[in-house]
Amino acid sequence: MAVASAEKTARPTRKSRGNFFTLQHWWGILWVLPSLIAVMVFVYGFIGWTARVSVSAWKGLLADYTYVGFQNFTDLASDQRFAIDVQNTAIFTVVFVLGCLGLGLGLAILLDKGIRAEGFYRSLFLFPMAISFIVTGVVWRWLMNPAQGDRLSGLNLVFDKLGLDFLVNSWHGTPTWGIAAVAIPAVWQMSGYTMALYLAGLRAVPESLREAARVDGASELQVYRKVVMPLIRPVTLSAIIILGHISLKVFDLIIAMAGKQVALDVPAIYMWTTTFDGFFFGRGAAIGIVLLLSVAVLVIPYLWYTLRQESDT
Amino acid sequence: MTTLSAPGSRRAWVYIPLTMMALFYLVPLYVMLNTGFKSFDEVSLSTMWNLPSGFAFDNFRAAWEALRPNLWNSVKIVVPAATISSVLGSVNGFVLAKWKFKGANIVFPVLLFGMFIPYQAVLIPLVTFMSKIGLAGGTWGLVLVHVIYGIPITTLIFRNYFATIPETLIEAAKIDGAGIFGTFTRIMLPLAIPSFVVVYIWQFTSAWNDFLFAVVLTNTENWPVTVALNNLAGSQIIAWNVQMAASFLAAVPTLLIYVFLGRYFLSGMMSGALKE
Repeated sequence: MAVASAEKTARPTRKSRGNFFTLQHWWGILWVLPSLIAVMVFVYGFIGWTARVSVSAWKGLLADYTYVGFQNFTDLASDQRFAIDVQNTAIFTVVFVLGCLGLGLGLAILLDKGIRAEGFYRSLFLFPMAISFIVTGVVWRWLMNPAQGDRLSGLNLVFDKLGLDFLVNSWHGTPTWGIAAVAIPAVWQMSGYTMALYLAGLRAVPESLREAARVDGASELQVYRKVVMPLIRPVTLSAIIILGHISLKVFDLIIAMAGKQVALDVPAIYMWTTTFDGFFFGRGAAIGIVLLLSVAVLVIPYLWYTLRQESDT
Repeated sequence: MTTLSAPGSRRAWVYIPLTMMALFYLVPLYVMLNTGFKSFDEVSLSTMWNLPSGFAFDNFRAAWEALRPNLWNSVKIVVPAATISSVLGSVNGFVLAKWKFKGANIVFPVLLFGMFIPYQAVLIPLVTFMSKIGLAGGTWGLVLVHVIYGIPITTLIFRNYFATIPETLIEAAKIDGAGIFGTFTRIMLPLAIPSFVVVYIWQFTSAWNDFLFAVVLTNTENWPVTVALNNLAGSQIIAWNVQMAASFLAAVPTLLIYVFLGRYFLSGMMSGALKE
């Protein structure tokens, strides 16, 4: 028995290859098969189906798979509403990603100073993650109430009382830039998460490196700029990808804050309303595919890189 | 790995920005609770920041009346979804980490990609398909959808956990004559209890907070709390103060989980970024 076990552990590769034709090997496949089939159908199969709908003339309640080529896509390219969507997504993404990165990194650096009650602060910054975008949207909708004059309320009321009148604004009611106001609650919700990513990154920087820089006469600022920042650049990259793909998909938050206003429209909402309110299935599918491709461009290289790195170690 | 310099005197300033930010994060919670505990007479937009003069439950009572059936619908969706997800995830994670077959390293990323897709890209087929099999409209359809689209993240969390378990343990079990079933149930499952907690609360939270699937797949009487809350907030009849109380009620279950099991919640979040 002992000999057999020693031999087995000594040559794991040969053993597992030998395993290929055994019953045990097929058991493994059998166990993941239900999930694999479910994902193949509900993810890949449905994506293929959506792609088929996106090149069809389907309009109205009855399915119509008449092939129309890329008509739905070229229509989108000249669609005024879709142009607003793209602009809104761009503004939202910039404010949301920069806001989360800035706040997240700032908070992580402060928390990394070895303070008392670190756990307490960390939990406070992270709790919004547990709440739904719908709840966040409903509450912030009242905090960002744009009413002026004697109906002033929410944050505008605070600004007014503090004598910061110049900050009183109409929030998401602002033309063109209103979408930036919607990004504020999104930052409120996700910056704690970014903080947690950065904090883990900072903790992985060996203290000896910082100490060495200090011994060489570097100021605390230089330690961060020259030693710490370059080492946590991968964290920034993953945070940008995670946050970026969230902002491409933003949907519930805007619905809860502002309903279906065209001024605050994004592709995810356009897809929903044009498909399920307007029954323009072909167009809805085309928007879905555009969204998917933009997310895939961000995520697939990230997945590939992360998994390759994992298998190297 | 704290800094060498002692906390205290020199670092005291750090608490100023931290506390200010803590207040910023607490503002929405303050508004929800503060408004919730005012009586109907006391509620007014112009005094929304003032503390209530006493504890009244008018708003919470009204919100509870409005949301009660939907809170129950959410429970009916979330509990089975999280339970089934945990079981499926543990099976997949175990096989992909410890019972690897040829091609396991391809299957894993293929599963994983499903975690990132915008669901708008599958919505039309999903609704068509679910209507065809008779699962559109009710709560069970939503359970199925949460389980299936939860496969990537639950598999990922379990796989990363099982990967840390030493290979020798599996070898020993095999030598003792244990097959895949015995190895899984007798050796791996007892070790994986922390991962079950992580996956369960992750799936619980994301299903509880879901809006998109629910809004296209359930009919009015089966609406979970997120859809009902959004509907209530969009109506002209329900006053803003009741909306605040209702938002708090909708957030309570996941907030409680966060307060008591925050560590596990964070661990699930980090795996979502493919980070440990």
